Amino acid sequence: MTAPAATAAAAALAARGVSVRYGRHQVLSGVDFAVPAGTTTGLAGPSGCGKSTLAAVLALLLRPHAGTVTVDGRTTPGFRYRAPRELRTRVAIVFQQPRMAVDPRLRLRDLITEPLRATGRSAGAGAALDRLADLVGLTTELLGRFPHEVSDGQLQRACVARALVLGPRYLVCDEMTTMLDASTQALLVHAVRAYQRDSGAGVLAVSHDPVLLDRWCDEVRNWEQVAGPRRR
Amino acid sequence: MTASDGPGGVAAFGGASAGAGPSLAVERMSVRFRLPRETVHAVTDVSFTLRAGECLALVGESGCGKSVLAAGLLGLLPGNAELRGRALLDEVDLLAAPERVLARRIRGRRVGLVTQSPAAHLTPVRTARAHLEEAVTELGTARGDPRAAADRYAARAGLRPADLRRYPHQLSGGLAQRVSTALALAGDPWLLLADEPTTGLDRALVSHTMAELGRLRDAGHGVLLITHDLAAARAVADRVAVMYAGRLVEITAAGEFFAAPGAGGPAHPYAAALLDALPDRGFTPLPGFPPELTRLPDGCAFAPRCARADAACAITPPPVVRGGRLLACHHPEGRA
Repeated sequence: MTAPAATAAAAALAARGVSVRYGRHQVLSGVDFAVPAGTTTGLAGPSGCGKSTLAAVLALLLRPHAGTVTVDGRTTPGFRYRAPRELRTRVAIVFQQPRMAVDPRLRLRDLITEPLRATGRSAGAGAALDRLADLVGLTTELLGRFPHEVSDGQLQRACVARALVLGPRYLVCDEMTTMLDASTQALLVHAVRAYQRDSGAGVLAVSHDPVLLDRWCDEVRNWEQVAGPRRR
Repeated sequence: MTASDGPGGVAAFGGASAGAGPSLAVERMSVRFRLPRETVHAVTDVSFTLRAGECLALVGESGCGKSVLAAGLLGLLPGNAELRGRALLDEVDLLAAPERVLARRIRGRRVGLVTQSPAAHLTPVRTARAHLEEAVTELGTARGDPRAAADRYAARAGLRPADLRRYPHQLSGGLAQRVSTALALAGDPWLLLADEPTTGLDRALVSHTMAELGRLRDAGHGVLLITHDLAAARAVADRVAVMYAGRLVEITAAGEFFAAPGAGGPAHPYAAALLDALPDRGFTPLPGFPPELTRLPDGCAFAPRCARADAACAITPPPVVRGGRLLACHHPEGRA
């Protein structure tokens, strides 16, 4: 994966020449990055370097000011335009802080199956829920609880299940386990790894912990390689 | 930073032998929360001692009662908390002392709190310097010159005077952590409670924060480090106390606890499993979940998740002391 820009025709989630700025602060300038299908790619870097911004761009949540994002060769529309649902449902994301990522009014089971209802696929919701709850180790009793009734680790398990419920081709994990204890971290990484292997999906694992990424990923790239040395 | 430039307390016990300096002695401390239909057994029969110049790491999964223990020691629990046992800080029982004593003599002055996500604890419209000068004035360590005192404590926490001009939103995670540490030091407490000080920091900042806590320990402070991050604990702890479902299950010397597999390691199966979940060890998750603190089993709380458990474990509470140290297990690993 040395020259992602040249050969993006292969199945991949790819950013090409992506630039993002917040106000006058240029966070990304001309970044190329590809997440090939069928592998887990790690992205390591210190706090505040722009990893999460790139993760949000690749998850189609943040439109870059310049450059493109392609999903399996299909280009998403540019700045100010929302990616079409067909592309958005191919890419899922798990955030660092589960409590800020969920609707506090939904029980865990409804959090997990909401994307199915939103896309008119609720027919198979029961079976999907059972399968995913088993994958992330959530009991029936926990599925019936509200977010304020479970721990961060239990809620993040639900967030991973929710991210996988539509069977995404690509999954972006942005500091997925930073808040969690070692045991839950190991369990969720194994769950994502199992999904990735079974489905042939591409996974991007963003973390500041190189030890974790070495254990988790097929390939790890450092932020300096991706964005060049930091100017600040 | 040497012990001699700490005023009062710190200098007095900088080179003191164990037992002579101040100490925290927690004896059978329990915390219960009575709810309308159930009781939360947040902390049960916790005993440990911590001396000046020592760092004790309290580790365990989230929800095991670590932070409730810390809040209990500072008198910061909500009104429905029921406390039992004693926590003697020098001659004051922290669990029984009236709020007036805690506020005027203990918090900030004998015990400093290094907070989790420190930027969230600062007032957004005031600079770091304004926070520090207020603290030294309020805690009586300004000695007539709040500005100089603020600089002194900032330096002790690794901050430059220029850093103090910043507002909370201008502080990086590492700087915010140092401001929090400077505030904790502002009343010259000998004991520092660090509650998850590394949450959300990257590896470089974790190492840095741990090195600073180690430096404060070496300068004569006692440090109680509460964390779920075993890698952080390894960097600074002298002893490791493992907490599970509100109880301490093992206290081990850190060198023994973090010894390479085969060369040592903890004896309690829970402690061993927690270590084995680290990405540089087995990366193996523990099965199942900790028990609800409202429905604790009669026997060992870890038995349902334990590979070494037998039928008796679920019924009989484990012995608390084995071989002269705290090890609450019927079937400890190997060389117990």
